Amino acid sequence: MASSAYIELMNVVVCVKQIPDPAAPQSLEPGTNTLDRSGKLILDDSDAYGVEMALQLAEQAGGGEVTLVSMAPNDETSGLRTALAMGAASAILISDPALKGADALTTAKVLAAAIKRTNADLIIAATESSDGYTGTTPVQVAELLGLPSITFAKSVSVDGSSVKVERQTESGYDDVTSPLPAVVTVTAGVVEPRYPSFKGIMAAKSKPVEILTAADLGVTTGQTGQEITSVVEAEARAAGEIVVDEGDGAQRIVSFLEALKLV
Amino acid sequence: MAIDKIWVVAEATEAGPTTITLELLTAARGLASTVEAVAWGTTTAANAAVLGEYGASTVHDIGDIGDALPGAPVASAIAAAIASGAGPTAILVPTSYDGRDIAGRLSARADLPVLTNITGLVGGDELTTQHPIFGGAQIVNARFTGQAPGIFVVRAKSFAAESAGGAPAAVSPLAVGDLGATNAAAVVTRHIEERTGPKLDEAPVVVSGGRGLGEAANYSLIEELAKLLNGAAGASRAIVDAGWVPYSHQVGQTGKTVKPTVYLACGISGATQHMVGMKGSKNIIAINKDQDAPIFGVADLGIVGDVHKVVPALIEALKAR
Repeated sequence: MASSAYIELMNVVVCVKQIPDPAAPQSLEPGTNTLDRSGKLILDDSDAYGVEMALQLAEQAGGGEVTLVSMAPNDETSGLRTALAMGAASAILISDPALKGADALTTAKVLAAAIKRTNADLIIAATESSDGYTGTTPVQVAELLGLPSITFAKSVSVDGSSVKVERQTESGYDDVTSPLPAVVTVTAGVVEPRYPSFKGIMAAKSKPVEILTAADLGVTTGQTGQEITSVVEAEARAAGEIVVDEGDGAQRIVSFLEALKLV
Repeated sequence: MAIDKIWVVAEATEAGPTTITLELLTAARGLASTVEAVAWGTTTAANAAVLGEYGASTVHDIGDIGDALPGAPVASAIAAAIASGAGPTAILVPTSYDGRDIAGRLSARADLPVLTNITGLVGGDELTTQHPIFGGAQIVNARFTGQAPGIFVVRAKSFAAESAGGAPAAVSPLAVGDLGATNAAAVVTRHIEERTGPKLDEAPVVVSGGRGLGEAANYSLIEELAKLLNGAAGASRAIVDAGWVPYSHQVGQTGKTVKPTVYLACGISGATQHMVGMKGSKNIIAINKDQDAPIFGVADLGIVGDVHKVVPALIEALKAR
């Protein structure tokens, strides 16, 4: 971790998740009831924004490196290669069968231990993953590292040794500042991610990816707070009437609303 | 271990405790004999009557946190109470921006598991929880097996708020723990985005727009239609993130959960994170040009068509009445 002196080079760690393609059908593994991650994993689309934000902040600071930290089964690196192709310099991957089904707190302990090995001025993550939607892991990482955090950023800028964020709220947004190092979670509105260039894709193949186990980081596994007792189909909505608009679509809606006495 | 005491993390705005706070107090009454609230800010004493009415016997008051974000100070105060043996058996936390910060920090600080996206809680010797997955297509039932107190982060509108007719809660101070650097983030300015008309999460009719509207200017059609139906205008995350409309309009996982009499989705495909916020609507009408859009899977009436034609025609038809 970096000390909070004036920062000349901006080293940013981005926590990224490699997930099953959300466009493909998803299922739980029988027996364990954990999400089936046996197929190809891709970079969570939500994380592309954090990677882009980190690259821009490092560029604006006039130098510094973007390091990825990820936890995934089976030494999976395909999602990491996407982020490396965007411009990240290196990655730390924690891959360990003992972490299968790890809960949010265990995941945070793993990520925090990995981040401690870096010289991070700023740690960026998405507000939540697109597969689990837990949304607590980045703040757990911040607490484990003893750092301040600002969640739900729709805008991020760094000025000297502090970060300025526009943070989404229930009723609008707040301008929030924090000294660095700090943890910031970003929404998909924060920046427009770049597409990896051909040159970037080729360069990514030789960028360093350090692969570690939970034991390498001294993290105890196996702690979870719950045991899944059953998985049931949600009460299905009765099949609706789906019609192609032949110029009568609006009238059909009016009739539907009339039947409910809403017009 | 039986659940005998539950703490509810009680958020408040200038208008008083938030609706989800009252929902969680109501749920907690059915699970434990003792229900207490944890609150912060300058309005706790003023809110003690409402918190008590919904079932809190005591409100643990952290006091004014100034320009800090609530996550670190509230989590540290609860963790200190747990460490001293004065904590509860379970903690219910709203799924909200600040609620998730508090739950995450508390989990890490007290080394306790945190369970999220809960839409159902069943009591007994141990709490069992329900979590919707895959956009609400399936429900996971789980048994809490961790060390008490468990941290349960519950989604809005999972329970109906019902008054218990209770006496005002006793206000008891709760001290903040050692914060180190964790509390260094500070709010400089708050921006309130004014809304007109009924509240999004309380309106009987919600009209929402998505990417299919094509461009930001077309959102005015959604607002006009919502007004004609005495409803509220909502939006998918895609157009909120694109900056077309303010965050306060967002329906879905990270926005509002709505359960109106009618939800009218215009140019919304039905991404998982949107569906979890509106699938509980009593009636769903969808307009989308793609007949394979997932939104049609939950629609009672689906119009496969161009929102740029159907919505203006609908506005004209309603105006003509």
